[in-house]
Amino acid sequence: MPRIVVDVMPKPEILDPQGKAIAGALPRIGLTGFAGVRQGKRFELTVDGDVTEEVLEQARHAAATLLSNPVIEDVTRVEVLEEGAS
Amino acid sequence: MSTSNIETPLIGGPQPVASNNEDSPLNGVKVGVVTFPGSLDDRDAVRAVRLAGGSAVHLWHGDHNLQDVDAVIIPGGFSYGDYLRAGAISRFAPLMEQITAAASGGEDALPVLGICNGFQVLTEAHLLPGSMIKNNHLHFICRDQRLRVENAGTSWTSDYAEGEEIVIPLKNQDGQFVADNYTLDVLEGEGRVVFRYVDGNPNGSRRDIAGISNAAGNVVGLMPHPEHAVEAGFGPDSSARGTVDVRGGTDGLGIFTSVLKKLVG
Repeated sequence: MPRIVVDVMPKPEILDPQGKAIAGALPRIGLTGFAGVRQGKRFELTVDGDVTEEVLEQARHAAATLLSNPVIEDVTRVEVLEEGAS
Repeated sequence: MSTSNIETPLIGGPQPVASNNEDSPLNGVKVGVVTFPGSLDDRDAVRAVRLAGGSAVHLWHGDHNLQDVDAVIIPGGFSYGDYLRAGAISRFAPLMEQITAAASGGEDALPVLGICNGFQVLTEAHLLPGSMIKNNHLHFICRDQRLRVENAGTSWTSDYAEGEEIVIPLKNQDGQFVADNYTLDVLEGEGRVVFRYVDGNPNGSRRDIAGISNAAGNVVGLMPHPEHAVEAGFGPDSSARGTVDVRGGTDGLGIFTSVLKKLVG
């Protein structure tokens, strides 16, 4: 079944404590090539049938109302996932 | 070893808790306390209302009926397991639609108090601005917290004096209040910062903000827990209002007496 992927990221100006903690852990396992980490969320909405423009619009609405909080987060992607892609 | 002649247990279900003021006119005031899946402090809030002299009404998040309550408390806990974001799913509960509508009516609107997770629910419901993110130190924090009452003019703070300090418990993981600078300036300018952290900021909240109100002053949210500081023997070890015995702090009681007196008055 087709899937719509929604990515949500903390706003750039919002401190991301989880990303910061991960960034602090990377050097401890010997990985020193990264200056920072931001942790976001990925949602996969499975569609029973074709992904019509109406369904896509519902996904955008879900992304803007329930899946993200515009005070602290940006929706960075609402996209149909190609078959076989991940 | 108990020699107490109190007929009802001090800890337990909401029914046996007697009001301190059986003949008080406050008894007629009905304060609803909403229970979501994952609410933890609903019983404590019910108890606080009764100890303040009012009548408490249990409200269920899935109902559509506010049961004619005169005020509503959204208690602390982890509604819907804090899945997605703290308070994000609760916002769409059927009862929240009723509460949002009733709370948005201006001066005579329904008084609503959100404590901890309840504060998070109120921001997600857009009844209060801003949002809560993880504590800046990433740790769950649990301690007695000193606050300053910055605004004694809201429905929930009139029993305090402006600038008065209180000590009530703080316990949370997502307690860092954030908002953009414009919103923060509006909150400060309109006197809507109701509580501020004193003696150190426990979680990185912008401008040491611990609690805010809407423009009309009937909706208040705060992160620390006044309902855990309402009865001597079960409260914090300290108070900002004078020396207390061990667990003798009751600085939170004024939140609940404030709204009862407002509704009677």
